[in-house]
Amino acid sequence: MHESICDFLLDIIQNAIEARSSVITIIVEDTSDSFTCKVIDNGKGMSESELERIRDPFYTDGVKHTKRKVGLGIPFLEQAVSMSDGDSSIESVKGEGTTITFSFPFDHIDTPPIGNIPSTFFAAMTYPGDFEMHIHYAISRDSGADGYELHRNELIDILGDLSMSQSLILLRDFIRSQDEDLEELRKNR
Amino acid sequence: MAKMTLEALRALREEKKSALNKRDVEGKTAQIVVGMGTCGIAAGAKGALDGFLAAIDEYKLDNVAVTQTGCMGLCYVEPTVEVIVEGMPNVIYGKVDAEVAKKIVKDHVMHKQMVSEHVFDRPAADIFNGGGK
Repeated sequence: MHESICDFLLDIIQNAIEARSSVITIIVEDTSDSFTCKVIDNGKGMSESELERIRDPFYTDGVKHTKRKVGLGIPFLEQAVSMSDGDSSIESVKGEGTTITFSFPFDHIDTPPIGNIPSTFFAAMTYPGDFEMHIHYAISRDSGADGYELHRNELIDILGDLSMSQSLILLRDFIRSQDEDLEELRKNR
Repeated sequence: MAKMTLEALRALREEKKSALNKRDVEGKTAQIVVGMGTCGIAAGAKGALDGFLAAIDEYKLDNVAVTQTGCMGLCYVEPTVEVIVEGMPNVIYGKVDAEVAKKIVKDHVMHKQMVSEHVFDRPAADIFNGGGK
């Protein structure tokens, strides 16, 4: 279910992982006016005809989820963006990767709530698989600007296997500690 | 909370790794099982557990595992602890506090001498194996 912007972001990240990407870069910019996410992957990419079809509800390549037929991520995102007068774009080259960008303005009544940012980054980092993930999060307000970066392989190097519960607890605490200082800034919209 | 640096995360990981290692039974020659049932905790089993961990650190022992279990059925002498050391019978100690814990590590685990005044029972497994004798 998509209830927040973070839900859309996590969906797009999951698509990137399932497209067999080896490097995924996530750029999140939280400004006074808007919340913008960009997910760049180097996965299998899409042809022009596939790009047209991903906007069809229930279209899926049939590979990702063999036992269930979904395919609502992009249609839901585009619907939400359109309802709130935001922007979205999808660029993809077959065999090279995909870049999805979407942005929601804060002054529109239909803009979904942001959601829980550290939990979203934690979930993205802990998807199983062998891939590098770079997360860049920047927040800017009239009162100041701050942000942080997370690099998956760097964290795996320190914490070891991210499927171990001890590693997960430390990763969660680490991401929370990066985010906590930004809470005051985030509130001052 | 201030932003944690990668160095701080690495240090925390090492610290937790050492704590986890103490719980790992694999390849250890001695095992200390602390009864952490409600009765044990109420009687101060946490102090005993901390006492064992501190003593193991103090004597720099890396062949001793410390694990937790529930009530051993000897609530009247809580906190209770079962000590399993190679070449010695399994022993249940009762009324173990941090000080007794240290003595158990030093005498029983390191020098293979029981701490007689705190020996309360042998585990049921021994009794069953011995036909109840």
